[in-house]
Amino acid sequence: MLSTAIIIFREVLEAALIIGILAAATRNISGSRRWLVAGVITGLVGSAMVAASTDVISSFADGIGQELFNAMVLGIAVFMLAWHNIWMSSHGKVLAMSASTMGNDIREGRSETSALFLIVGLAVLREGSESVLFLYGIAASEAGGKSAMLLGGLSGALIGAAVGYGIYAGLVRLPVRWFFSATSALVLLLAASMASQAAHFLIQADLLPSLAAPLWDTSTALPEQTALGMLLHTLVGYDSHPAGMQLVFYVTALIIISIGMYLASNKKTWGK
Amino acid sequence: MKYLLLILLLPSPTAVADEEVYTLLIKDHRFQPAEITIPAGKKIRLLVDNQDPTPEEFESHSLNREKIIAGKSKSTIYIGPLTAGRYGFEGEFNAKTAQGVIIAQ
Repeated sequence: MLSTAIIIFREVLEAALIIGILAAATRNISGSRRWLVAGVITGLVGSAMVAASTDVISSFADGIGQELFNAMVLGIAVFMLAWHNIWMSSHGKVLAMSASTMGNDIREGRSETSALFLIVGLAVLREGSESVLFLYGIAASEAGGKSAMLLGGLSGALIGAAVGYGIYAGLVRLPVRWFFSATSALVLLLAASMASQAAHFLIQADLLPSLAAPLWDTSTALPEQTALGMLLHTLVGYDSHPAGMQLVFYVTALIIISIGMYLASNKKTWGK
Repeated sequence: MKYLLLILLLPSPTAVADEEVYTLLIKDHRFQPAEITIPAGKKIRLLVDNQDPTPEEFESHSLNREKIIAGKSKSTIYIGPLTAGRYGFEGEFNAKTAQGVIIAQ
């Protein structure tokens, strides 16, 4: 039961942290809640579909379909997160400062909320499909103790969701002047860590060279299986055995998005 | 996304090299063989054949690999080149029994 709880916790945690951070970052954008919920529901439906077609996806492209699929989902998420952060750099400060949104911003906020929908949907899709497969395995197995394991899964999911809510609650309690920098820094790091994960899948598929592998080995100092390791893995992309190429993707994403944010915040009238 | 797609469209220089293939069975939530010896410094192709009806996730932090193998199906995982040493892996969905190690020498 405990092992089940841990596995589901790990899957739910990643999605929950992403949702928590984005829910906080977009709390002043009208309609963001609705899109967030829609993203979660669509992601859940999608993950059942992905789980059901695992063997089909895997057999694509000479057996590397799963890696391509994951890299693509992560790639889209990185671009959406980048876009979100750059958009927030030009509009977010205004939104964060004033409780009411201006008419002009609502229209633009609409495209922002659809980015939110996609990011949340993809996060749930990726983590959810693994959970569905795992739970399917339990349900299909002959072994006893099924209900205990399902109970474990449920408690793992609840604890994961609670941590996600925790980061949301923590962020929205921040003073306004820190809130904006804190959420954009977190979203920036999320995007970079997803870029690194995308590189990880492309290396696994043998489509990218690993460069140095591993670049370092910190598995004894901070194993990824520990709570802190898991948290850092999702939040800042911590990897105990990263490939050099992962770091290249990570740093590239950090730099490109930062430049975009810098340019956007210095051109308030940009696009008008 | 654009450059990601570009990378995918480029012919991969490493894909043409034919790596040695090692077969790993999953049966009754156990790996067979549980120990695989491969040459150090060489990339290999691990053909994972899941004969169980349930899916399994091949996972190894030391190898930096994770892949779901659907029930009753086969899948390929590229591994290495590795420096000499022992690299543990497990079936995450059945970690109690599904344990294995790759030895590079």
